Amino acid sequence: MSTAERLLSDDVRQAIRARFPRYATRQAVTLPALHLVNQRLGYVPPEAVAEIAELLELTPAQVQDTLSFYGFFKQDKPAGRVRVWVCRSISCAARGGEDLLEYLCKKLGIRPGETTPDGRVTLEFAECLGACDYAPAMLVGDTLHKDLTREKIDEFVASLQQ
Amino acid sequence: MPTYQPVLLANIHKEDSHKLAVYESGGGYRALRRVLKEKSPQDVVEMVRLSNLRGRGGAGFPTGLKWSFLPEGHPGPVYLCVNADESEPGTFVNRVLMELDPHQVIEGIILSSYATKARTAYIYLRYEYPLSLQRMQAAVDECYQAGYLGKRILGRDFSLDVYIHRGAAAYVCGEEMGLIESLEGKRAWPRIKPPFPAVEGLFRKPTVVNNVETLACVTHIADRGVEWFKSLGTPPDPHDPRDPGSFGPKLYGLSGHVNRPGCYEAPLGITCRQLIEEFGGGVWKNRQAKAVIPGGLSTGLMTEAEFDTPLDFSGPLKVGCLGLGTGCVVVLDETYPILDFLYNSCRFFAHESCGQCTPCREGTRWAVEMIERIRAGRGRLKDLELLQEIGDSIGIIPGTTICGLADGAAWPIKNAIGKFRDELEDYIKRTNPEGYIVTEPVEALAAIAD
Repeated sequence: MSTAERLLSDDVRQAIRARFPRYATRQAVTLPALHLVNQRLGYVPPEAVAEIAELLELTPAQVQDTLSFYGFFKQDKPAGRVRVWVCRSISCAARGGEDLLEYLCKKLGIRPGETTPDGRVTLEFAECLGACDYAPAMLVGDTLHKDLTREKIDEFVASLQQ
Repeated sequence: MPTYQPVLLANIHKEDSHKLAVYESGGGYRALRRVLKEKSPQDVVEMVRLSNLRGRGGAGFPTGLKWSFLPEGHPGPVYLCVNADESEPGTFVNRVLMELDPHQVIEGIILSSYATKARTAYIYLRYEYPLSLQRMQAAVDECYQAGYLGKRILGRDFSLDVYIHRGAAAYVCGEEMGLIESLEGKRAWPRIKPPFPAVEGLFRKPTVVNNVETLACVTHIADRGVEWFKSLGTPPDPHDPRDPGSFGPKLYGLSGHVNRPGCYEAPLGITCRQLIEEFGGGVWKNRQAKAVIPGGLSTGLMTEAEFDTPLDFSGPLKVGCLGLGTGCVVVLDETYPILDFLYNSCRFFAHESCGQCTPCREGTRWAVEMIERIRAGRGRLKDLELLQEIGDSIGIIPGTTICGLADGAAWPIKNAIGKFRDELEDYIKRTNPEGYIVTEPVEALAAIAD
């Protein structure tokens, strides 16, 4: 495979290789590699799976097997620029989390798992964010939004338009 | 417990509590210095064994005993896996430790690695904790700088590398064998035991898997001693020769319908009522509580009448719950329907079942479909018997699954039906008085034509 046809850039490849010495097997670098690729591309398409497999000296099927187990990684098309997880587990649900998820669905015009047509936001439900002390909660990228209300969701959606 | 001075949470209100300098100024890494100078690894194992420290992650297995299963004189490598995949619904206390006092956890990791002769430790951290990732990584970096990690720690013949390994949002990775498989880069399907991880774990080498809070406790046992640790908590039940007691401080999470949700510390054995009243400021909106989940969703339900149960390793068992679990209590008020709880619980476990064992994969799915039908007003009284049958049939207690998380899926069903049958029956009778299911006719030929 020539460099021009590669999907994974040299720096991503380098970052994956840098993880090798940490583990007794190359297969153990699968999750870190998937995270690095997912972070860069927003998803892990089949071409990337093949290239990761080559780096880790695995078959593409081995990488695909792991990839498809973790619902976290997108496979068909990139996630939106912002990924939002609204918690629907018991502590949040008891304080209105499911209603807020439904409210956010309506505001964005998409269902959980979908991305807005402009590619801005991917909405997901989460199975317990571990933020029960701030329920209801949602995670936006790396930022936790605490003690959610409809007003806070309105503000969040407005902030996306800017 | 107004007189009790928190230990695990002693630092969290200080400014920059997550930084090394602040941790050291409060006596941090003092225990490590002393242990490396004065104690052999075997001494540390013995110290933890004598303390009767039990794992804080859910199962409550004695930590010193777990360590003692490592084969003696093994050429290595030995691995320590830190279970920071805190995914049990209602549970968040490890997050508080990692975000606000990560060095306390890392000191415990170093001490435990010294004891178990591990030279590499992996912190398996759930994806949903980005701030924990940032704080733990910064703390690990500080430790390498300061000589607490790396080669020849504090000038002694002891080296340790610590790596953070990020999960990808799968509940089953919190099961120790699932965690190990996931770390190895595979789907997180728990392995059949034996061999236990102490004999054959990560990369088929001897491995110890310990929870974050458990490791933080090791720090304090090393610092304050076994006697201090055993002065807190509940002593063993003299009538139960297998009860090792419930010693030490515990972090209790409190969430749901309570005025002041949060992470609180008390000696093991505080009652559920004390926790809600004294720490949580009572049930919200001046309501009464109907029930609590005593220690994460898997542990089932405790009714209001059972609130005086001590939250130690044996208390919740005595009222028919799965156990202490994570010690994270979720309060449900009098207006919250048990059917909603049951739906939420079954939906969670159906979503998170890893799919390896048929009883769990199929049982959780059927349970959630039945509850959806009941909610839609098409329930039958005998559905409760069917649900009960599912609850009784999945898990390692009936012996049908590989891992214990299936028991956690079963327990909420068993407790909801066992303790709130009247409420569930009322709902079914009210919404479907005829008591039979109306099914839509299906055109057989049309279905074949498709």
